[in-house]
Amino acid sequence: MATIILFAPLLGAIICGFFWTLIGEKAGQIIATGLIFLAALLSWIIFLGDIPETGHVTILRWIESGSLSIDWGIRLDRLTAIMLVVINTVSALVHLYSFGYMAHDENWGESEPYRARFFAYLSFFTFTMLALVTSDNLVQMFFGWEGVGVASYLLIGFYYRKPTANAAAIKAFVVNRVGDFGFALGIFGLFFLTDSVRFDDVFAAAPALATTEISFLWMNLNAANLIGVLLFIGAMGKSAQLFLHTWLPDAMEGPTPVSALIHAATMVTAGVFLVCRMSPVYEYAPDAKTMIVVVGASTAFFAATVGLVQNDIKRVIAYSTCSQLGYMFVAAGCGVYSVAMFHLFTHAFFKAMLFLGAGSVIHAMHHEQDLRNYGGLRKKIPLTFYAMLIGTLAITGVGIPLTHIGFAGFLSKDAVIETAFVGSQYAFWLLVVAALMTSFYSWRLMFMTFWGTPRGDHHTHEHAHESPMTMLVPLGALALGAVFSGMIWYNVFFGYEDKMRAWFGMEAAAHHEVATEDHAATETAAPAETATATDTHGAAEASAAATPEAAAPHGAVPSGGIYLAADNTMIHAAHDVPNWVKVSPFVAMILGLALAWLFYIRRPDLPGKLAAQQRPLYLFLLNKWYFDEIYAFLIVGPAQWLGRLFWKRGDGDVIDGSINGVAMGIIPFFTRLAGRAQSGYLFHYAFAMVLGIAALITMMTLFGGAQ
Amino acid sequence: MTVADVAFYCFSTVTVAAGLMMTVSRNPVHSVLWLILAFLSSAGLFVLLGAEFVAMLLIIVYVGAVAVLFLFVVMMLDIDFAELKGEMAKYMPLALLVGVVILIQIGLGIGAWVEADGKMGLRAAVAPDAAQVENTRALGLLIYDKYIYLFQASGLILLVAMIGAIVLTLRHRSGLKRQDILQQMYRDPAKAMELVDVKPGQGL
Amino acid sequence: MLQSDLATVLPELILAIYAMGALMFGVSSGKDQTTGTLTWATAGMFVALALWIGFGNAGDRSAFGGMFTDDNFARFAKITILLSAAAVLLISQDYMARRDLARFEYPVLVSLSVIGMMMMVSAGDLMALYMGLELQSLALYVVAALRRDSARSTEAGLKYFVLGALSSGLLLYGASLTYGYAGTTLFSGILSTVNEEVPLGLLFGLVFMLAGLAFKVSAAPFHMWTPDVYEGSPTPVTAFFATAPKVAAMALIARLAYDAFGGIPDDWSQVLSALAVLSMFWGALAAIGQRDIKRLMAYSSIAHMGFALVGLAAGTAEGVQAMLIYMAIYVAMNVGTFAFILSMERDGKPVTDIASLNMYSRTDPMKALAMLVLLFSLAGVPPMLGFFGKFYVFRAAVDADMAWLALAGAVASVIGAYYYLRVVFYMYFGTEGDRLDSRMAPAQWLALVAVAAAMLLGIINLFGIESAAALAAESLVR
Repeated sequence: MATIILFAPLLGAIICGFFWTLIGEKAGQIIATGLIFLAALLSWIIFLGDIPETGHVTILRWIESGSLSIDWGIRLDRLTAIMLVVINTVSALVHLYSFGYMAHDENWGESEPYRARFFAYLSFFTFTMLALVTSDNLVQMFFGWEGVGVASYLLIGFYYRKPTANAAAIKAFVVNRVGDFGFALGIFGLFFLTDSVRFDDVFAAAPALATTEISFLWMNLNAANLIGVLLFIGAMGKSAQLFLHTWLPDAMEGPTPVSALIHAATMVTAGVFLVCRMSPVYEYAPDAKTMIVVVGASTAFFAATVGLVQNDIKRVIAYSTCSQLGYMFVAAGCGVYSVAMFHLFTHAFFKAMLFLGAGSVIHAMHHEQDLRNYGGLRKKIPLTFYAMLIGTLAITGVGIPLTHIGFAGFLSKDAVIETAFVGSQYAFWLLVVAALMTSFYSWRLMFMTFWGTPRGDHHTHEHAHESPMTMLVPLGALALGAVFSGMIWYNVFFGYEDKMRAWFGMEAAAHHEVATEDHAATETAAPAETATATDTHGAAEASAAATPEAAAPHGAVPSGGIYLAADNTMIHAAHDVPNWVKVSPFVAMILGLALAWLFYIRRPDLPGKLAAQQRPLYLFLLNKWYFDEIYAFLIVGPAQWLGRLFWKRGDGDVIDGSINGVAMGIIPFFTRLAGRAQSGYLFHYAFAMVLGIAALITMMTLFGGAQ
Repeated sequence: MTVADVAFYCFSTVTVAAGLMMTVSRNPVHSVLWLILAFLSSAGLFVLLGAEFVAMLLIIVYVGAVAVLFLFVVMMLDIDFAELKGEMAKYMPLALLVGVVILIQIGLGIGAWVEADGKMGLRAAVAPDAAQVENTRALGLLIYDKYIYLFQASGLILLVAMIGAIVLTLRHRSGLKRQDILQQMYRDPAKAMELVDVKPGQGL
Repeated sequence: MLQSDLATVLPELILAIYAMGALMFGVSSGKDQTTGTLTWATAGMFVALALWIGFGNAGDRSAFGGMFTDDNFARFAKITILLSAAAVLLISQDYMARRDLARFEYPVLVSLSVIGMMMMVSAGDLMALYMGLELQSLALYVVAALRRDSARSTEAGLKYFVLGALSSGLLLYGASLTYGYAGTTLFSGILSTVNEEVPLGLLFGLVFMLAGLAFKVSAAPFHMWTPDVYEGSPTPVTAFFATAPKVAAMALIARLAYDAFGGIPDDWSQVLSALAVLSMFWGALAAIGQRDIKRLMAYSSIAHMGFALVGLAAGTAEGVQAMLIYMAIYVAMNVGTFAFILSMERDGKPVTDIASLNMYSRTDPMKALAMLVLLFSLAGVPPMLGFFGKFYVFRAAVDADMAWLALAGAVASVIGAYYYLRVVFYMYFGTEGDRLDSRMAPAQWLALVAVAAAMLLGIINLFGIESAAALAAESLVR
């Protein structure tokens, strides 16, 4: 079944991409979409069914070289199943949505076929993404990793006549190279240290890695931390974390369904998936985890600030995505991988929905993307409005505080923030502030789009129309997910550790009860002393380590989709956070909503005034903290200079010059020489032989025999 | 120094000197004559080695037949050796240099000459004991028995040489008169000739 | 004793008797009218002997006190020699007949020469080596001058003869030095005395002998005769020169190196790699300026001998195997190429200028395609067999820690690719000119197309040559 899921999209991509000329564009689209729906259906069957601890399906032997042995295989566990559901569901809905969205595209002429190509790319992307998540070794994962990069490149640059789209595609590809370099180094390092790239072997060797030191130049590094950091650098690139995030907003040049599928729901979450997948390694890499938390929280905060002032509807959502990815990393970095996956899961639904909703708005507004030209669309496109409303309620985290009832984002985001409170105060405060800003910019988007008076081109507003059914049905389906996915799966992701462990196929943690009670006691004893939280956590760690059975037996492969070290008690600790912590995101959300209402409904003149008053800050945010400018100065400029140097001087003069020189100067010279030697005179020939003999015996005298 | 030693040095000096003179003498006829001298002194060396049969062969075959043939050929061909030498003289310095280099190295090789440990044993294993059988018989034993394979191979080589000589030189020109013994013998006088009575003062 | 000896040399014996019988038959019956019959009969004889040797009882035997060795290595070489000689005879039959070269002595001389080659590859003694070599060479000198009314052919024969005599002198000088050291001419005896500590004099002997043999394989710098002789000789003779004698001489070098001087592999490996590098580069560089396809093939064979020597220079069983595979592929390629060259004619007259091939693909697409495959294969372009030949020798060199040699070979083959590809260029993109006649004898056409097909199909399993060569190498390198 997993094999069918994996290869159905590839089949669809091939049929649609190469054979649409035979079967027609429409048929190609339908086949591709049908195959994805099949995959989605099978994914749900797997997801809802009983999953073995770790299933393996070996499809073919791929690479054999010395001790490097790689099979093309499928690793089927809960983690994979979650990703399968996310990818295939969103992909199927996006395929369906694209029927409407891509029906008429002004970038192409009447006779130019582009739809089949688009669908083929989408299906190809889905295949590579599936290859990534189903992989049972790092190399296959890297294949998928690069495959999604290629698909992303192709789709961002889908409108290849637009220079900006091409530039954005290249930027996405190049920035990802930086991350991929780290990822590749991580793979090399793991192979170097464990002599295998299979997850089972790597995980089994993880405890040993924790005690291995690597000398590099003058540094002595802990192997597990080093590997963790390198892999995380890969994850940063793919998931657009701070410093490597610059490509994501530009990637919005692609068609909106692409943004929904790749740059919101699936590909960008590959980094989070990687960290969760490598949890057995990260559990032994405390420093790497700290780095993940810091980077994740900073990204969440940074992206949210930038999102406040953006005017392009897609860019707002893009920064929102960036910010939400930061949340996921905080959760993963704190060691609560299930929560990271939970947020990934819910986020996929509501963010895909927001994007598709935005696409619907853009479609209705004839490809107008500037928020300032919207307004009052509530009546024109009511169904889209409701969908967007649900999405916004989900992302801002609306729910009933202190219960488990609420939109998907409410449950998952609160879980992240509660985790962060235990893991890192820095992350906790940044995330709460970010939640406030999330609420603000999400509502800002809603208010500017659907409320108020129509702005911008009058004609466009006149003709604004509701989208066709093919676009609305996916919105409805995603709306279900955005509303209910949190409540349904809250318990297994976060609510009860035992259920979570069983669900993920991990072994039950008997000894945890002791550690947790211990921990709970200290926690209740000093509920408000947040500063000591980490200390108590450290104490719990120590006590857990003291229990004999706590240390995982070396060489044993941990079962299940994710792995929690014996001393990892974060989930229990997160359950026991004080109530004010649990309420804080809700309060932040309300504050953000109120502010947005104030700014864009009550006093629409306020934003302009504030921007004028705080001009430097506004510009700072509007220009995304000047990241692009700094990179252009620090990296792009020198790199271009170096590239030009190598191209003109190195390639042009040295290499071309020497090759041409050899080919046209030196070799003909020798040819003439040889021609002259071939004089036809017998004694010349005999003389050449004698010379040869002289040379050879000289060689023998000098180097032969015993010498 | 015994008489044999004196004879050896005499013969060997003469051989080397004659060889040298053969190559450098301007007149080809002189060269051949020097060659004959070299053959003769080599024959002397063979005698000293106790290989009188080979010595006699050298004199009879090489001096008596081959060298004389050479002499005839050289006399018959009109080759301007001076001209050839003039062409080659251009390369003399280089050739001398190379020659000296080779000579020095071979000198080095000969100077540091060592023989293999089992050399004498290996040699003795092949040749019949000279004390037991006389020279000619020993040669016969080797050539026609032990080295029959090589002997037959030499035969083939000679066959090739013969075929080659014929292929490259024998020509069947049409219009040439050749002697055909049988035809001559079987000629019928009655058919071959006609007796005509020619009267004086008349033509035929 | 004698009986078992004769049984061992039976193939050579039969061939010798056949040669003499054929000579008698030719002389006593129709003389040159019998040439066609004799050619076919000789070729048939070769093939029959090759089959007999190939399917006969395997096993290492020696005869005449070790002077004649019959092992897998010898058999592999003999089969290659016999088959290639047969193929060359067949493809040249038509040419000989039409160019007034049909002398009945030709097949006889070829068979005598082949006997010499068979003796060479089986040699177990310096004298046997020399006898085989001379038998082979003398016949070749004669056939080189076969067109005795042509100044070029005569010149070719004479040049070959004089330089061949010089090389024989070198060889004999080396042999006498060796004898002086070892006291025996038997390879086994030399092997027993030559090991680690050897004097310079013996090394000189080795060098002189290798130089004499290098002349026969036309390895630089002892190759100077090759272009002139190839060009001057009648084309069928050139085709013969380029194939069987090369295999024989190469096998003889291997035999001398391993059977007699197996104790000092480093020394001969040094000499052979120097020869190999020089040949590869000289062959590649000098060919660039050539306009005559026969001269081109001469330089091509010099370069190819360099590549084969790379395999030998590796000094391992793998290297010998690579050399044998290389030679087999090389011979096949040359048979195909010469089948084509033999058919090159315009208005009934043979032409050898490569410019005459301009736009040949239009005249005769099928033959042009076959030539394209052959030329690519000669240049070593994958996936043709020629590439695998090079691949084997380079791999052998790399495995023997002589990566520099493989690297040099790769560079040389890149340079060499130029002139092969230029011929292809002429055939497919040249300027329109006078067209060649499209006539081609069936045997030639068959050889050309069959070899071209083999170059493509052989990549599947090399027709089993690989394992046979491995066996042969194993029997030589012990």
